[in-house]
Amino acid sequence: MDDSAGSLERVLAIDAAILEAIVAHARRDHPDEACGVVAGPVGSDEPARHIPMENAARSMTFYEFDSHEYLRVWREMDDLDEEAVIIYHSHTATEAYPSRTDISFAGWPQSHYLLVSTREPEVTEVRSFRIVDGTVSEEQVRVVNATVDSMAVQSYMFGQSPATVDYECRA
Amino acid sequence: MAIDVRVPTILRSYTDGQKAVEATGDTIAELLTDLDAKYPGLLARLVTDDGALHRFVNVYVNDEDVRFLGALDAKLGDGDTVTILPAVAGGAVLGGAVAGGAAALS
Repeated sequence: MDDSAGSLERVLAIDAAILEAIVAHARRDHPDEACGVVAGPVGSDEPARHIPMENAARSMTFYEFDSHEYLRVWREMDDLDEEAVIIYHSHTATEAYPSRTDISFAGWPQSHYLLVSTREPEVTEVRSFRIVDGTVSEEQVRVVNATVDSMAVQSYMFGQSPATVDYECRA
Repeated sequence: MAIDVRVPTILRSYTDGQKAVEATGDTIAELLTDLDAKYPGLLARLVTDDGALHRFVNVYVNDEDVRFLGALDAKLGDGDTVTILPAVAGGAVLGGAVAGGAAALS
């Protein structure tokens, strides 16, 4: 299966509540990078259970899973017949695109690598990628169960329509 | 003594697709050497040319990260389980990562 970076034919479907929780986590930890996973049943490609994790590096430009929390979370997922459908982290001053470091560490080829950028206070960039053998291919982010909130204070910008705001919701 | 070794997805191409294999060794270094004898090429994905554990890999003995137990000198006992996981890390800029990248683990 061949995806060029611009085609965005593949899709990550994600529940609005989970996306909001991921963004809230990134905002909370800003300006440090935030990281975590969303677990789902093995083979389902459905991100169902959000697990925010500690950034052991506590850095504005680098993140790393705490090695013991990582083992605990992975064992727990294994016990529940789950896998890491999404591995996410935030960039706090740069775009939501995998850096060379991100690519070099990407060790779970079946996971969606979700990048969130909190560089702008009122708009959060959210983009999803597959990183396999050092190759990055972007996917569409499709938000499921979205509701329109007239009190919205946060807007999202997705990869499939980078010039327009697609979706508004409370951060 | 037989040690149960759990292998992550990206390294299973070396172990004929198996996610759990057996190897022997009194230390992690000996275990990885034994693993490499059984599954050629695996050692190079885990240990650098300088003989250190790769930055991109986490190795655990039971619940402990071996980096807290002497890394390659970590001792193994009968019935121990060794788990290998690719380090999950990254970020906007290079932060201590070693050149070599995904090729180190794929």
